[in-house]
Amino acid sequence: MGNDTQPKQRIVTDAEAGYITRVEELAYELRIQEVMTRDVKTVSPDMQMGAVLEVFRRARISGAPVVHKGRLVGIVSIEDLIHALRGGDVAAPASEYMSERVITVKSSHPVIEALKIFTQEKVGRLPVVDDEGKLVGILTKGDITRGLLRALQSDYQEEELKKYRVSHLFADIASDRTSLILRYNVKARDFAHGGRASSDIKRALMRLGANPQIARRCGIAVYEAEMNLIIHTTEGGVIQVEIEPHQIVMETTDTGPGIEDIELAMKPGYSTAPEEVRELGFGAGMGLKNIQRCVDAMTLESTPGKGTRLEMRIYLQPDEAFSGAAHAREGKAQ
Amino acid sequence: MKLQEIIALIDGEVLTKTDSLAREIKGGCGADLMSDVLASIQPDAVLLTGLCNPQVVRTAQMADVAAIVLVRGKKPPRETIELADQENIPVISTPYGMFESCGRLHRAGLPSLENTVG
Repeated sequence: MGNDTQPKQRIVTDAEAGYITRVEELAYELRIQEVMTRDVKTVSPDMQMGAVLEVFRRARISGAPVVHKGRLVGIVSIEDLIHALRGGDVAAPASEYMSERVITVKSSHPVIEALKIFTQEKVGRLPVVDDEGKLVGILTKGDITRGLLRALQSDYQEEELKKYRVSHLFADIASDRTSLILRYNVKARDFAHGGRASSDIKRALMRLGANPQIARRCGIAVYEAEMNLIIHTTEGGVIQVEIEPHQIVMETTDTGPGIEDIELAMKPGYSTAPEEVRELGFGAGMGLKNIQRCVDAMTLESTPGKGTRLEMRIYLQPDEAFSGAAHAREGKAQ
Repeated sequence: MKLQEIIALIDGEVLTKTDSLAREIKGGCGADLMSDVLASIQPDAVLLTGLCNPQVVRTAQMADVAAIVLVRGKKPPRETIELADQENIPVISTPYGMFESCGRLHRAGLPSLENTVG
């Protein structure tokens, strides 16, 4: 049992099963009534097995609930039909070959409940009943797969649409030089929110359609810079990111205390971070070195007592540029 | 190697609401200094660490870490788990130490995804 023969009701393949694992959440969110087949073909207990075969063939199904006076009394499957055919017993009533033990699911329950039953019991389909116990549909693994894929696709389309809209920003707006500026205020010693700005920046870049490698380099560099503002500044600072089709410029500025010896600060392993910061896994004296490794150009200016400005630039190669960049350049060349 | 296999190898306990246990992990990296992680890790690795503050999750997110393993049976503060759930990065706790955990995974064929830092 459990193997549907019609192409319409195919079995869950390994690839789909893998997909389902990732969308387990959806299996909890989706209700059975959202994925079930509503048009249920039923048979009566006194219908001859030969007639049952005809119903299956016409409707292209491999099983049907047996209903007597509006009440669910059993379920008959293609395997039961094979038994009857093998014995040349096609004139026997369905009640003789059907399984009387019927497991049903409620239409208002989450899909996961049905999935659990499918893994525990050897059944190919589950009649679906409403809260009053009335038969309202039927559910196969194929219905679940299709329902989940449909829900997944609409999630995906939504994100794609968002991405599409944002990534066309540069193409849709005409100017001699278009850029998008993001600003974040970072508080000193605010370890609890450390990295939040960087996380938002990385997400924004991904939405804009940045190549993952570029988003990663920007994320790491700006994260180290953000942590520096939190660890070292007296009053926090500001992160500004300017995104243009051909480059990303990230800048952090603060009002002090400033760096006494920039050359020494750049030296790997040199750190002035206090013990509590080291306990968080920071302050190893690698931050600026890491930033330098991730960006194409880095400028560090500091005046003791006044403040520090760190500029990090990443140049985008033509194949990495945000969509619309080529269009913008063409426009400029004219 | 699937995350599920990694969890089995280190007798791990999943602490997050993770639904991606079938996720493919390309390799591993062990570090306690977040800057070391940022400097040396390649994408899609499992990060083994003894640190359990929320910065671990932020670091993981920046460095495209696929999953975090906390060694020596550490139980992280609630904020770490919340952030990990929000960013959808699985966090796993193992009773073994750093050396033992890395050793088990490496012996089972999980390659190192640590860049040599020159």
